[in-house]
Amino acid sequence: MNDFFETSLFVGVSINLISYFLGVSLKKRFKNELLNPLLISILVTIIVLVLLNIDYDIYYRGAMYISWFLTPATVCLAVPLYEQWQLLKNNFKAVSVGIFSGVITSMVSIFVFSKLLGLSHKQYVTLLPKSITTAIGIGVSEELGGYVTITVVVIVITGILGNIFGEKICKLFKINNPISKGLAFGTAAHVMGTAKAIELGEIEGAMSGLSVAVAGVMTVLLAPFFVNFM
Amino acid sequence: MKYLKQFTIILGVSFVGELFKYILPFPIPASIYGMVLMLILLLTGIIKVEDVKDVSGFLIEIMPIMFVPAGVGLMASWSEFAKVIIPMSIITVVVLILVMAVTGKTSQMIINVSKDKKEGKKKSE
Repeated sequence: MNDFFETSLFVGVSINLISYFLGVSLKKRFKNELLNPLLISILVTIIVLVLLNIDYDIYYRGAMYISWFLTPATVCLAVPLYEQWQLLKNNFKAVSVGIFSGVITSMVSIFVFSKLLGLSHKQYVTLLPKSITTAIGIGVSEELGGYVTITVVVIVITGILGNIFGEKICKLFKINNPISKGLAFGTAAHVMGTAKAIELGEIEGAMSGLSVAVAGVMTVLLAPFFVNFM
Repeated sequence: MKYLKQFTIILGVSFVGELFKYILPFPIPASIYGMVLMLILLLTGIIKVEDVKDVSGFLIEIMPIMFVPAGVGLMASWSEFAKVIIPMSIITVVVLILVMAVTGKTSQMIINVSKDKKEGKKKSE
């Protein structure tokens, strides 16, 4: 039976999808934000892989086909953005200043907390790209000389937490304007936050998708200045 | 054929995004180049929104699923992360909250100020 699991391309992905729907129905029934379908799917898959003793590499041979869709799906985020173009133009200042303030907050607070918690230079630069989308973050971490695998871990954890708690955080800080909500999700929790923002509404989704691109590029440009801080 | 045509356009733009990534020296992924390019093509009317609308709606809808493999990947790099788990986790959570709050609050303040100005203008007229 183990041979079968090691050659099957569909077992891993099937577990992903089934557990995702399990998450969707649990969330509907109990209305609890911790029952996040993305989180449940990840946890169930990890548990099954560990129980069946399947290596991540073997799982990924099948799962890479889902990840493959990520590039065209991100390209498609241009469509809601196009549909909200007028709104974006009318709020250009709020959008650009909002994202910029978020990017600066991200890097300044990472610097301050790295200093407070006594992290090394290498650990500090590993964290610098943590708020941006994985593909850009990997490049930034590499260029600054960070631990790339750990950068990926913190980016993914940031995304999952943003996806789960983003709505709560917005409520806590009384962020109710759909434009601002979208900007907050995309700037703080990249594409994984955007996936949630899309569920909240068209404006939220469009603004979040925009923030991912803009915050990513701003971080690429600004991170080199932060490297020498510690 | 409608869906196939839409999918072809989307993959074509993704491919050109890859090409940009290959040519340009920045650490920017193909998907971001592709997104900007798609936006330009839509705004200039070279691609009509109806020609990508259905398939893009589908891909965006199933997007959360695409992050599952990355999340499961935490399993593979966990042992390395475990060594620095406490400081890294604190920073991850605190920075997430700070960035969301600052981005949301700042933009909301600017929106409200410009709204007040517009309303003020109307009143003075």
